[in-house]
Amino acid sequence: MDGLIGDNAAAGAVAAARRSEAARADEPVTGDGEARMTSPKLLVENVSRVFPSVHGGHPIRALEPTSLAVGGNDFITILGPSGCGKSTLLRIVAGLDRPSAGRVLLDGREVRGPGPDRGMVFQSYTLFPWLTVAQNIEFGLKEKGMGEAERRAIVSAYIDKVGLRGFENHWPKQLSGGMQQRTAIARALANDPEILLLDEPFGALDNQTRSLMQELLLGIWEREQKTVLFVTHDIEEAIFLASRVVVMSARPGRVKADIRVNLPHPRHYTVKTSPEFSELKARLTEEIRAEAVLAATEH
Amino acid sequence: MFRPLEPIGQGPRLALGIAFFIVFVAAWAFATLGGFVSRTFLADPLTMARDGWSLLVDQGFILDIGVTIWRVVGGFVLAALVAVPLGILMGAYKPIEAFLEPFVSFARYLPASAFIPLLILWAGIGETQKLLVIFIGSVFQIVLMVAVAVGGTRRDLVEASYTLGCGDTSVVRRVLIPANAPEIAEILRLVLGWAWTYVIVAELIGSSSGIGHMIIDSQALLATGQIIFGIIVIGLIGLVSDFLFKAGNRRLFPWRFA
Repeated sequence: MDGLIGDNAAAGAVAAARRSEAARADEPVTGDGEARMTSPKLLVENVSRVFPSVHGGHPIRALEPTSLAVGGNDFITILGPSGCGKSTLLRIVAGLDRPSAGRVLLDGREVRGPGPDRGMVFQSYTLFPWLTVAQNIEFGLKEKGMGEAERRAIVSAYIDKVGLRGFENHWPKQLSGGMQQRTAIARALANDPEILLLDEPFGALDNQTRSLMQELLLGIWEREQKTVLFVTHDIEEAIFLASRVVVMSARPGRVKADIRVNLPHPRHYTVKTSPEFSELKARLTEEIRAEAVLAATEH
Repeated sequence: MFRPLEPIGQGPRLALGIAFFIVFVAAWAFATLGGFVSRTFLADPLTMARDGWSLLVDQGFILDIGVTIWRVVGGFVLAALVAVPLGILMGAYKPIEAFLEPFVSFARYLPASAFIPLLILWAGIGETQKLLVIFIGSVFQIVLMVAVAVGGTRRDLVEASYTLGCGDTSVVRRVLIPANAPEIAEILRLVLGWAWTYVIVAELIGSSSGIGHMIIDSQALLATGQIIFGIIVIGLIGLVSDFLFKAGNRRLFPWRFA
């Protein structure tokens, strides 16, 4: 079972990234291409977030200095109880929130604000209600100034990928929650981002829909190979989707464990009943339980 | 049938709505034709109808109606052209809001009718003065309400647009404006209703045409039938413009009604 688990993977990757960065600084011309090959896609370096005090209360330390290295085409799930700062971490990567200290590097460039290279799917339904399904998917492409024929081809392809053929001209209001989130995923992916960020995107869906959505997302990832950062508090979801599960601890949030999931691809939902899956689930349940107990007693 | 929030069908809704008009006119007819109220103070419905007919046919009241509508629409359109962009800017950019909001909040409470004497001094008793009254009465209201609507845009939609590559001006153009367009249309519909009260007040003082002018003239003649007819005409125009606005919104913002 040891092969499944690699607690220190993150620390190792961070160190490796630092080394390669140093190498790049030494020989900027020749070393660049090679360094990019070995350096991680996304590097979170000692990022922390403190929310300033409100009305004389104590400042809230939402996120302790956290480091994380994400390789290209990795599917990372960040698992933790509510209030552990996992959404804050994701928002910092997206550029929607600023770290109090530390920095985030995407392909070696520091993240300073939100941008189309980091597509995001939110837990709340964030389709633009005044645009149809197709127009929503097209939103980012239009922003890029892409021509209409090209836009239409991409939109059409993603309509098929998320199974919404026949609903192109529906308003978001007319769709179920699952269909809205499928559209949101298509909208983010159509932009062809370097990394896809998902913040509990299936949290508001019922169990059956949620399972189907997991399979759909995993299927897309298996075919398209994207770097994905997926925040969830659902243990099964975290294991089923991930190539690596990062467990975060409760207040203040920090990375507690980093566990590789070596279940084979393509993954079928039946993998959830396999002994390997159960073993991981048992282990993660223990990790999370301790945190949840801690979080509960704090209040 | 009388349970709280229980919906009602189209047919009964229409019938009930018309029924109250009938009850209202019946009570009016009973009070006046029955001799309970002096004719000097309140004309009966039949006299009102007769006076109204003579106003329209013999006295060219149609022209007065036209002039009043033109004043309301003219002043209101000018106010909207200034106020809507300003309101959007205030809602979107907090420094602009901080700069203008206190003054606009203050100016909103200045009664447009109190400006009439001053406006007559400045602009005479011509059309400019009438348009200015309506402009002053509408512009601050629209600015504030639009600013509040735009400022209250769902944050998550704005954030989503940033992650899709929007810059700051794009967010205003592609998110803040379309997201609030129905709300802005609703604000305009509301303020247009208020503009109608300003125009009549403006016409009561120093005017030689318009519905308000006819009303004040009729007062001198004790022609209460004409006054009531004038008031009813204003109500009908309000009803029609409301209906047009709603029909327009339904066409412009189908996503709201889907």
